[in-house]
Amino acid sequence: MIPRHLVIGVAVLLVAVLGMSLYAWHMRGRAAAIPGASADTRPLAPAFAGPTERATIFVAYDQDGSLRARSAQIPLPSGRQQRAEELLTALLSIYLDKTSPHVLAPGADIRSVYLVDPGVAVIDLNSAFADGHRSGVLVEELTVTSLIHTISANIPGVLKVKILVDGKERETLAGHADLTGFYDVTAVNQLSTELQPVQ
Amino acid sequence: MRWTDLRETHRRWIKGLRSFVARRILARKCLSWLPGASLVYGPVLLAAILSAAILLLAAAPDKHLSVYSTAANYSLPIVQRDRRDYVGLLEVLDPLGKVSAKSDGQRWRLRYNRVEGEFFAGKNRIRIQGRDADLPDKFLLENGRGLVPLSSLAALLPRFLGGPVTLHEDSGRLFIGSIATHFTASLAADNPPKLVFHFTSPVNPTISTEPGALHMTFSREPLVAPASPTLTFGSKVIPSATYGEGNGGASITVSSPVPLIASFSSDGRTVTISPSATSSQTVVTPTGPNGLPLTAGNPSSPNTPSGPRRYFAVIDASHGGDDRGETLSSTLFEKDVTVALARSLRQELESRGITVLVLRDSDATLSLDQRAYLANANHEAIYIALHATASGHGVRIYTALLPYGGDDRGPFHSWTTSQHAFLSLSQSAAADVANEFQKRQILVRSLTAPLRPLNNVTTAALAVEVAPQGSDLTQLNAPDYQQLVTSAVATAIAADREKLGAAQ
Repeated sequence: MIPRHLVIGVAVLLVAVLGMSLYAWHMRGRAAAIPGASADTRPLAPAFAGPTERATIFVAYDQDGSLRARSAQIPLPSGRQQRAEELLTALLSIYLDKTSPHVLAPGADIRSVYLVDPGVAVIDLNSAFADGHRSGVLVEELTVTSLIHTISANIPGVLKVKILVDGKERETLAGHADLTGFYDVTAVNQLSTELQPVQ
Repeated sequence: MRWTDLRETHRRWIKGLRSFVARRILARKCLSWLPGASLVYGPVLLAAILSAAILLLAAAPDKHLSVYSTAANYSLPIVQRDRRDYVGLLEVLDPLGKVSAKSDGQRWRLRYNRVEGEFFAGKNRIRIQGRDADLPDKFLLENGRGLVPLSSLAALLPRFLGGPVTLHEDSGRLFIGSIATHFTASLAADNPPKLVFHFTSPVNPTISTEPGALHMTFSREPLVAPASPTLTFGSKVIPSATYGEGNGGASITVSSPVPLIASFSSDGRTVTISPSATSSQTVVTPTGPNGLPLTAGNPSSPNTPSGPRRYFAVIDASHGGDDRGETLSSTLFEKDVTVALARSLRQELESRGITVLVLRDSDATLSLDQRAYLANANHEAIYIALHATASGHGVRIYTALLPYGGDDRGPFHSWTTSQHAFLSLSQSAAADVANEFQKRQILVRSLTAPLRPLNNVTTAALAVEVAPQGSDLTQLNAPDYQQLVTSAVATAIAADREKLGAAQ
């Protein structure tokens, strides 16, 4: 004969286990309903939070394959290099937005921008930017032109631009746009004109 | 009866025959004092020697494995045990890195760089870096030499080398890493026609001929098969060429009813097959004042028809091999569409009397530098790169967006801006092609693009990117749409023939 107090003890423990299981199941469902913070791979807000300035950034539009100038109030530091980084971060925030006109891969980011005299800018993309970029002559060209023209339009004195991926040279962005050489800013600005939307 | 059994029987027979001959020679020496002995033994001895010679000559060559890698290309013997092919694992790995082996009773340990493997004589089970694996047949240990089945190399070597290998088991060829030499073949519409092979790296095949065929045997080159092993050219003089592999080598056999000769150019990257001068009535050998044939080195022969054949247009089907280009759909890649477009454009141009060289007519991997090199070596009038995309509609025509700078030094032009002198010609040709599309009411756009190898090409160069007209991506692979696009390009180029030819 099993003692009565032992039966009661086991029963209480079983009820407790069942109750905790139901609670855990309930919490799991709630956690799944909350948008995952880990899935949000957009770059952080600009680190600089000083006075804003009006700047022109050049945004690619896949719908008609165009590049359009867009005026934006952006907090810009005084240093040229930091300004360049903030400008590209602002541009990327448009591309990574839900209503992006030119979708980039999740996690795409600018690691750094280096301005080297005389007139050289180096844009260092992260690997997620290049690895997840869509392939195609025009779609890659729009990205490259957008980055370079946004810098050259706001940072005077930049003559040529080099694009790296994770600090290293890469042959192409995603199979088409050449990344082995230095982009001639004058030629890219001309291309930017060709890419203006047809009125 | 298997071939291996025949060989074994053959070896035993030869051994017995040699023994017999040796005994007879001894007997003849002993009996030489007898009158008439040479009359008895002479014919027997002669017959035995002749038989042995015939059998030795007819013996099959030993099988061997050719290994191709970036470190070295080498050849190893294949041995047969229990009717299966085996190779010495130490010998396979030795030229590739630091390797050592040690046998301990029935256990054989191999160390390659930092990877350790343990093998057990007569067992299939092996252990590499502490992890068990199985060989398809048992491991053999012979006098401290470890033998593994040939068929196991494809699975075994990546564990030691840390990279992929490709084994052509039937032909005894092993490719380590992504090393490979690809080739294209095209027939130049000359009189007589010439078959031009372009290889992605220099080759030095052994050439042999026989009635009806010319053989090129590649024993050291990692030559790989084209998309189809048999290439047909629609010519009575050179109807076809066939690729084959066997016993550690590759071969290309060019069939022809007339004798053929092969000539090399472009540092061994181009092999031109043509009918020998004596075989064709149409070949005219120019002669100098002294009646001697002129050669390229003869200063009095500025127009000697020697040297590589010039094509009017070079068509480059972009991407290929490992580079799939844009993934257009789950089953359609850009590299496949560009090859189809290239074939269609070749047909359209040739029907307009324009000679064409297609750089990629199979699923070959060609680097951007190789494409530019092949195009520049040909001195064509126009280079056309073909692309395909799922984004947008219609067709885009691109000319080169040249990178910054480019240090031209005297007659030497910068590789990155080689296109500079030809840019206006390229833009003019692109405008004419765009006009032709507009005439046919196909949506078209002209742009510059940072798209290699346009900037490396030393002639008029443009790229054509084809998108569907609507939202149906299958249109990209539809022959009707492809022909609509390529006929427009061909018409524009044919109309520009004089202008482009003058620049050539």
